[in-house]
Amino acid sequence: MPAGTLYRGREGMWSWVAHRVTGVLIFFFLFVHVLDTALVRVSPEAYDDTVAIYKTPLVNLMEYGLVAAILFHALNGLRVIAVDFWSKGAKYQKQMLWTVMGVWIVLMAGAFYPVLQHTLRTLFGS
Amino acid sequence: MSTTETTGTSEPTDDVALFDVDHPAPVIEPPRARTAKTPKSTRGNFEMYGWLFMRLSGIVLVVLVLGHLLIQLVLDGGVSKVGFAFVAGRWASPFWQVWDLAMLWLAMLHGANGLRTVINDYAERDNTRFWLKWLLYAATVFTVLLGTLVIFTFDPNIR
Repeated sequence: MPAGTLYRGREGMWSWVAHRVTGVLIFFFLFVHVLDTALVRVSPEAYDDTVAIYKTPLVNLMEYGLVAAILFHALNGLRVIAVDFWSKGAKYQKQMLWTVMGVWIVLMAGAFYPVLQHTLRTLFGS
Repeated sequence: MSTTETTGTSEPTDDVALFDVDHPAPVIEPPRARTAKTPKSTRGNFEMYGWLFMRLSGIVLVVLVLGHLLIQLVLDGGVSKVGFAFVAGRWASPFWQVWDLAMLWLAMLHGANGLRTVINDYAERDNTRFWLKWLLYAATVFTVLLGTLVIFTFDPNIR
């Protein structure tokens, strides 16, 4: 590979990529989520049977992934707003990304047990 | 072919004063100047308003969605308690109905505009772009209307 021809935008580019990927994933989930919620208009049983899928270990883990995607998209979105509207936003965009990642890690650690408690209790007893 | 061209209709040079106060330079109309024949507006500011909407709706969605996640997946046993009875309890309050309605509309429009940008970026053929966006808009309208209908017509005594 010729040196210096591959564009690697470091923090700015990779946060843009992650913002896109998480945004698309969240939108597809939202579509499914409105459909499953619409089952409350069919019958309580239809809704509860479908929500039972959300309580299986695999889907419960995917909910933790959904929380991860939404938290990143939300925090990085606030960073994008700061870059656009704060006069020093572009200058501090890297520092803001590492701040976003720090807050994200703290919130993800805090969300681990509450979000996955249903699975943890099912698999490992009360 | 002569190599010394000193006379005739050569280009005017900088050191020759062609125009002065009594002989002003002719005014040339800019090629894209608005004239009486120009339409009032050739295009609107749609993309600017889209850009602004993403930021404004984004700020509101941070509050609405993180609050929703906190209630549904974090507090009070996580996903365990979610069921028809839980939904009925929450939608008994107009506050949470408005919350969910605002979240539905803002999130769908925010997501649809985001996906529109993604389609515009990666679908290079005109036909592909057209049909992907048509599918996106159809799915968006369907989902927003279905969700709105469900919130407004929810019946806790359906059975």
